[in-house]
Amino acid sequence: MSGFLEQTVNGLASGGFYAMLALGLAVIFGMLGVVNFAHGACYMLGAYGAYVVLHSLGLPFWWALGLVPVVLFLAGMALERAVIARLTPLDPLYNFLLTFGITLVLQAAITWHFGPTASPYEPPVELAGAVRVGSFVYPAYRLFVFGVAAACSLLAWWALARTRVGVVVRAATERPELTRALGVNVARWVTPVFGFGIALAGLAGVLAAPVQAVTPLMGADLIIVVFAVVVIGGLGSIIGSVLTGFAIGVLTSWAQAYAPAVVGQLLIFVLMAAVLLVRPAGLFGTQEAPL
Amino acid sequence: MRVHLGRRLRVATTLGVAAALLAACSGGGPASGSSTKLSDNKIVLGVLNDQSGPYSQLGGKNAVTAVQMAIDDFKAKYGAKAITKNITVISADHQNKPDVAKTDAQQMYGRQQVDAIFDVPTSSAAVAVADVAKQSKRLYFNISGASDDLNGKSCNKYTYHYAYDTNMLAATTGIAATQNGDKNWYIIYPDYLFGQQMRDGFSAAVKSAGGTVVATAASPFPNPTEDYSSLLLKASTLSSKPDTLGAMQAGADLQNVVKQYNQFKLKDKGIKLVVGLMFITDINSLGPDALAGTEFTDPWYWNFDQTNRAFADRFEAKTHSRPTFAHAANYSAAMNYLEAVQAAGTDNADKVVAGLDGKHINDLFLRNGTIRAADHLVTHDTYLAQVKPSSEVSEAWDYEKIVATIPADKAYAPPSGDCHM
Repeated sequence: MSGFLEQTVNGLASGGFYAMLALGLAVIFGMLGVVNFAHGACYMLGAYGAYVVLHSLGLPFWWALGLVPVVLFLAGMALERAVIARLTPLDPLYNFLLTFGITLVLQAAITWHFGPTASPYEPPVELAGAVRVGSFVYPAYRLFVFGVAAACSLLAWWALARTRVGVVVRAATERPELTRALGVNVARWVTPVFGFGIALAGLAGVLAAPVQAVTPLMGADLIIVVFAVVVIGGLGSIIGSVLTGFAIGVLTSWAQAYAPAVVGQLLIFVLMAAVLLVRPAGLFGTQEAPL
Repeated sequence: MRVHLGRRLRVATTLGVAAALLAACSGGGPASGSSTKLSDNKIVLGVLNDQSGPYSQLGGKNAVTAVQMAIDDFKAKYGAKAITKNITVISADHQNKPDVAKTDAQQMYGRQQVDAIFDVPTSSAAVAVADVAKQSKRLYFNISGASDDLNGKSCNKYTYHYAYDTNMLAATTGIAATQNGDKNWYIIYPDYLFGQQMRDGFSAAVKSAGGTVVATAASPFPNPTEDYSSLLLKASTLSSKPDTLGAMQAGADLQNVVKQYNQFKLKDKGIKLVVGLMFITDINSLGPDALAGTEFTDPWYWNFDQTNRAFADRFEAKTHSRPTFAHAANYSAAMNYLEAVQAAGTDNADKVVAGLDGKHINDLFLRNGTIRAADHLVTHDTYLAQVKPSSEVSEAWDYEKIVATIPADKAYAPPSGDCHM
């Protein structure tokens, strides 16, 4: 039984990464109508950010946790202003191609500077141990990842549900023209929301550095899984993407532990196909939602 | 009208981008010329490997550098007496996909007039290239592909299996570890040809040395989430508890397994780590302390003797990295191919094969090396190595202690009955 509990907690910890990435993708898509293909590359930049903070600046993990998202928030805003905004009035395909191009540039630049070889990164000493409750033993660091992801999701939910900014973002996501007609300056919030989505991806990247090999391509395959998560949850649905992220993490963990290998590999894509057939707008999306 | 224009522009843009991508992916062009000795008055070597994915560190672009070094050394050795001065190397990224590898190999042997293909990691891709070599009647020196199918049921006259194979890894690491007391194994493997053969090879080796395999589990390949935690957690909840985790993942995948093995404290739970295949780049990426004490088989180590070290110094000057055994093997294979062409006086594949078969070689990479005529496996001495803790590492990349030399005839199994040339 403790095995089942461990697998479940483990699924929630893995799901934390999906949830944070999916949340960022969902708010960006909702607010800008942009499918940000570069999200995986921003996640990778977050992990390299942690590496640079540790090895070049000599500052521990905790500094990276604060610094890297802030830097990526600013970089994200600059990127939105400089190029993304110019293409948003056009067909969404343009921004999709643009962000795809940005992904290739970022991957090539990181490979050129750091090499294709993975860069070493150890978990912070404070969290290197394990949490033991009876027969249940689990690495403290992974529980921390789950905690951060859950906190981010709750914070985002609170901000959207309870603050004035949240009201504007939700209104602008669902009825952009009507919101504008009511005199709300939607454009003012577009840039910070994009920056926020990128910062979340960066934060997920910092959290991933101690768990995964830090390579230039670490986000390239993950982004495909996250796209599937967002589609299952409902494009642009913020709650949907977060809950689906955690749920997919748990289901995959169970499948890998108790089912033949092929089930774990196919599960997410079979789910995506099934959801698209039965509820094309996604589990939490509304039928009127764009796309 | 505007709408139509916009849509047309959009289609045009998409097509334009597609065309640009396609153009970027292909290269080279037709060439002409004839000679009595060489089919096209030049020798072209092709390196086909993973240049961006999980196996790009162990071979990748640096393998192209190694082959170029062989070309330079060959030209320097023969000077004006060389069969031709026009020797070049080209390369392609097969992304570890058998279908891409097959198309690339066909293009190399065809339009790009490649005389011999080198490297090709990912066993399933290597087997695909071996088939193309057979059909094209051109040479293929497999370096990084480990599957023993390459010298078994997929063997052919034009394919040589250099460096190592799954049988050899199992017969060395698997038996040594079991004899040292690792009796109950839980084996995790990447779910494709290499991983499956490693699982079978290690299972057989463990049993023959008196151990048992309590469970095996597959991980996806490629693994998009890079998450192995479920498989690792399973280790301590199996009904019959293992004392050894046999990890058969390779390259960046192995690095993720080791990181997560350490995080889940399996060592503290009494489960030791044994890796099936490890390259020095893996140790460098993880840091030696993450692997200290781990035993594994290394077919070649850069700091083993002066010969190796001299090569490693030249290699590092060009690449800023010490060579893996695959880099050294690519150099050795390219050099031996060029020597065979020089000796035969032609690049005719059948005549080169006749010169290579049965040859005994001692060079940078091959010690007590033999090119077996029966199945084209290239056997040589290999080494049982142990990762040093960082306190014993005296310089960068000095990560291995060679525990034992395993003579060629002990390391490699005799030719299998599945091979029919």
